[in-house]
Amino acid sequence: MVQSGWRHLPHDADVEIEAWGPELARAFEQAAIAMTAVITDPDTICARDQIVVTLESKNPERLLFDWLNALVYEMDTRRMLFARFCVQIDENGLRADVWGERLDVTRHAPAVGVKGATYTNLHVRWNAGRGWVVNDVVDV
Amino acid sequence: MDRTKLEQAGELEWHIPKHEDMRVPAIIFADAALLEGMDDKVYEQAKNVTKLPGIVDAAYVMPDAHWGYGFPIGGVAAFDPEEGGVISAGGVGFDISCGVRTLLTGSRAEDIVRVRDELADALYVEVPVGVGGTGRIRLDGADMDAMLDGGAHWAVEQGYGEEEDLAHTEEQGRMSGADSAAVSARAKRRQRDEMGTLGSGNHYLEVQRVAEIYRPDVAAAFGLREGDAVVTIHCGSRGLGHQIGTEFLAEMVEKAQEHGLELPDRELACAPLGSELGKRYLGAMRAGINCALANRQIITHLTRQVFARVLPQAELALLFDVSHNTCKEEVHKVAGVPRRLFVHRKGATRAFGPGHAFLPQRLHKVGQPVLIGGSMGTGSHILVGNSPETGRAFSSACHGAGRAMSRHAASKRWRGEEVRRELEARGITIRSPSPRGIAEEAPEAYKDVNAVVEAAERAGLARRVARLEPIVCIKG
Repeated sequence: MVQSGWRHLPHDADVEIEAWGPELARAFEQAAIAMTAVITDPDTICARDQIVVTLESKNPERLLFDWLNALVYEMDTRRMLFARFCVQIDENGLRADVWGERLDVTRHAPAVGVKGATYTNLHVRWNAGRGWVVNDVVDV
Repeated sequence: MDRTKLEQAGELEWHIPKHEDMRVPAIIFADAALLEGMDDKVYEQAKNVTKLPGIVDAAYVMPDAHWGYGFPIGGVAAFDPEEGGVISAGGVGFDISCGVRTLLTGSRAEDIVRVRDELADALYVEVPVGVGGTGRIRLDGADMDAMLDGGAHWAVEQGYGEEEDLAHTEEQGRMSGADSAAVSARAKRRQRDEMGTLGSGNHYLEVQRVAEIYRPDVAAAFGLREGDAVVTIHCGSRGLGHQIGTEFLAEMVEKAQEHGLELPDRELACAPLGSELGKRYLGAMRAGINCALANRQIITHLTRQVFARVLPQAELALLFDVSHNTCKEEVHKVAGVPRRLFVHRKGATRAFGPGHAFLPQRLHKVGQPVLIGGSMGTGSHILVGNSPETGRAFSSACHGAGRAMSRHAASKRWRGEEVRRELEARGITIRSPSPRGIAEEAPEAYKDVNAVVEAAERAGLARRVARLEPIVCIKG
């Protein structure tokens, strides 16, 4: 059984995130947690308020780029951090229920903001041992 | 970087000679140690840039270069619109017009030290900093458009700062050709609450001591004496610039084929300068420049308000404001012939020498201040441009120290509280919302800025004028 998970990979100035899961949607959920972990410890975020993200794209890499950037936009404009992600992906795009709470600087002590997802090391791949593996360098 | 692939053309100059489908060579300025520390990806990226249509002369790499998005960070490349030249969102970067401004205070460092904690606390309260930091200004609709078209001029009109500041800002405080209509509603929405905020990452506001003077005549013309206190602000165009960068990067990737561009790497996404997309990006990017200029102008005003309260005898006058993530239309002599070019500087600072027509009267004889940000422990530098006409690398120099270690490794290696205490023991007061953020920005995570500026000087890019050490650092 393929597990889901994420990690950060070293990068000169920014952070590369890697996430994996048995289905593409699970890998996308993990990628969102990995991006949140660039900013703060995801365990400090309470999954209190819900928002919905919908995206249209048939290209999985473009969809990953758009997914991470949509979350950056929502975090920035709502002053929120997100901790729980439920993603559904079909041939037309993505729909996600996302839970989080308003940023509390004292409690979350955010280390750095994410400016955006990039096309650097942007990959969506199937790997027999690890399932769907997604990568992207996020600009901080 | 693997040196065997390079040809040494001078003590600090290394060439990637034209081969394969490179249109021009690439030229790297670095000493042996800095070159050794550069990622091999810098080699690949510099080489890739030389393959873009309309590139002129060479792709240049500064001594502080590291792996970027398509273009290396610390990269300079100029394109000729008459020869099918392109403009690249990745070649400008996500934080459009990120830059540095330094203010003279008319005070001595010991005056600052006396009120250090009070000053640090007041600056930390008044200048919004860090993730989620919002200012008191809300900008929407026509006001947002006026800011995007007006830059620092708009800010001064609103009462943030003085007319005199504008003369000491690149483009006299207002980038012409900005097109607020080319900026998306999402980009504007991201900026609504972020005017006058520093942001996070490597952005900061520092009160610094002039620790060393290298060129007394230039320093005197700049108004710098050893032991003086200055204020330096490093930040950019915040959410607006990031959103513009993200959206145009994606659109340039999508439309590359339509424009007949065969990209060696999709991160090099670009558009012909003459295309609809190229022109639209240029207009949006210039609006982003204005946003950054207005942002630093507002922060200047907030800083002055704090000083007026805590150290009323201080008079904060703008020395200069530079941007190091831009693409600008400039005339440069190439092989003796003046040409109108679009110069990308991604993590590189424009460095106009004495006599340049763009310089304000006070700086005309001496040259443009080139403001180089360092890490919070090692300090910063002020350099001066070299040549009245086209200097090396289209009159460009480095922009900072550049990271030597990833954030990931830095946060594993140090604890923020320890870094804070260690700096405090050295007389540097830090205020930051995040201990992990401090650890990630630990001085040792950066290259030696002294080595970088020395290399820049020896390579003939700019000359060192003064070294600055932090006294107070407000960190995102």
